[in-house]
Amino acid sequence: MSVGLYHFITLSAILFSMGIFAVLTRKNAIQVLMGIELILNSANINFVAFARYGNFGYNGQIVALFVIILAAAEAAIALAIVLNIYKHFNTVNVDEIDRLKE
Amino acid sequence: MDKLGNILHSLNFFYPEIALTLTFFILLLVDLFFRKSKHLLPVLSLIGYVITGYFSFTTPNASGFLFSTGMANVGLYITDSFAFYFKLIILLSLIYTVLFSILSKEINESTENRGEYYALLASFGLGMFLLTSSTDLITIYLAFEMVSLSSYILAGFTRKVPRSAEASLKYIIFGAVASGVMIYGISILYGLTGTTNIYLINFYLANQNYNTLTLVIAGLMIIGGFGFKISMAPFHFWTPDVYEGAPITITAVLSVASKAAGFAILIRFLKVAFVDYAATNLQASLWAILPGFQWNDILAVLSVLTMTLGNLAALWQNNLKRMLAYSSIAHAGYMLSGFVILDNQGILAILIYFAIYLFMNLGAFFIVMLISDKLGSEDIDDYTGLGYKAPFLTVSLTIFLVSLTGIPPTAGFIAKLYLFAALVNTGWLWLALVGVVNSVISLYYYMRVVKNMFLRESISTYEQKIELGHVLISFSLLIPTLVFGVYFKPLIELAEKSIRIFGF
Repeated sequence: MSVGLYHFITLSAILFSMGIFAVLTRKNAIQVLMGIELILNSANINFVAFARYGNFGYNGQIVALFVIILAAAEAAIALAIVLNIYKHFNTVNVDEIDRLKE
Repeated sequence: MDKLGNILHSLNFFYPEIALTLTFFILLLVDLFFRKSKHLLPVLSLIGYVITGYFSFTTPNASGFLFSTGMANVGLYITDSFAFYFKLIILLSLIYTVLFSILSKEINESTENRGEYYALLASFGLGMFLLTSSTDLITIYLAFEMVSLSSYILAGFTRKVPRSAEASLKYIIFGAVASGVMIYGISILYGLTGTTNIYLINFYLANQNYNTLTLVIAGLMIIGGFGFKISMAPFHFWTPDVYEGAPITITAVLSVASKAAGFAILIRFLKVAFVDYAATNLQASLWAILPGFQWNDILAVLSVLTMTLGNLAALWQNNLKRMLAYSSIAHAGYMLSGFVILDNQGILAILIYFAIYLFMNLGAFFIVMLISDKLGSEDIDDYTGLGYKAPFLTVSLTIFLVSLTGIPPTAGFIAKLYLFAALVNTGWLWLALVGVVNSVISLYYYMRVVKNMFLRESISTYEQKIELGHVLISFSLLIPTLVFGVYFKPLIELAEKSIRIFGF
């Protein structure tokens, strides 16, 4: 059996679900950010697979490159923010950071 | 046309964005070399925004796509009157934000790197400019992230304040998930249609067979991403926390400018990608949605949900900033209901609403900023009796709140009138009724503030010294809020010129 488009789409769907699961269940901000990376990478797999198997040209690959760059920028900013949070709250646990509440 | 020639040709229509980019760089450089001077940076940003505005007015709209991709006759970017209108709103709110920042105690005292603050504000504006004009899912995503990344930092800019740090954490987690879901939706749409250009997506959807369920899932994911920007329910959970924790100048610009950019791209995306142009009735200005899925039904539900949730939650708030956050969610709901009818009349109503919302919402945030800088609190109970101690500010705040409620003779009434009239005209009577009921609910929480200020005895030792700058800025916001309530013809005419989206 050769590896085809469906394998890649299934893989990306599984990755996406795992990412959403991590975001919803993890308490640690770093783990939530890792979940977000999974979501972004699942989209990347989709783009590259569709571009390759659908013969859509290079647009998909280019989007994947952009997503990788933006993911890096986002991670840099997110980690800086988490560091700042740690200074104030002494924890990076999303549940315990809840001063803003009615 | 060869590729380089195309890029050079496109740059002729790209002056406003180039001016904003230069503003961003100049602010960064000036901050490096002239750290001492306090008022140089805001003045430079104001000059940059004015130049951007000059170019926005003088640069003609391009007759075709900018930055064409070669293969087909489509491009990444367009300049049309619809984008121009939203760019004006974004630019105005940026200028007001800079003016607010000059006067804000919060910004001037709590940060040492104000150069980055003004530079990020410029890059935030550039992202929103790009977002309003993008026609390709790649540029849409890039511009969307540019807006988001700048605003994450700006929301936590007073980083030594714990609640500001918390606001930026919540903002980036919600925002990153929303944009991740959006890019996954875009990837599915790309797989379905084989292109990222929204005009080609429309062409494909109109002419080929496709799996409707896949399209609906992808569409909902993308709308969810845009919905995050405009704080549409059920993607609104970040709004109250971020609006309360962020510095109030940033709250003001988030509530107007980034919402405007989000609405611009939501309308453009849905109209360009999902409307059937062959069946669209130009005489009646009605749009026909491509067969397969009726997007307006789901938009109607989201709109009702957004305005009701926003208004009901606002009833229980004691923090004025948080209350205004919920009120801005409710206003997003009203504006979304104008989109539900899928008709030029509804878009016209949204454009008018946005222009008026700009003045009344920025005004409310400005007065709250001035009072809380002196009072050290945004608690509504602390506002008790302020009406006798700071008459100018409290009367101004009352006018803005009355306008937000939508009571004549303020401009807020005209905004709601046009919106609900458009709904009734096109047969969405029930939606108009929900909107009216919601406006009545909102009367309660807006008037609670007014009642606290004027009808109760003062307890605080608040003292107010009115400065000239405060009065001038307040008047520049008050006059449109009142004048557009009586004399609104120029605004309507400007909006009527701006409803045309490129190509149709």
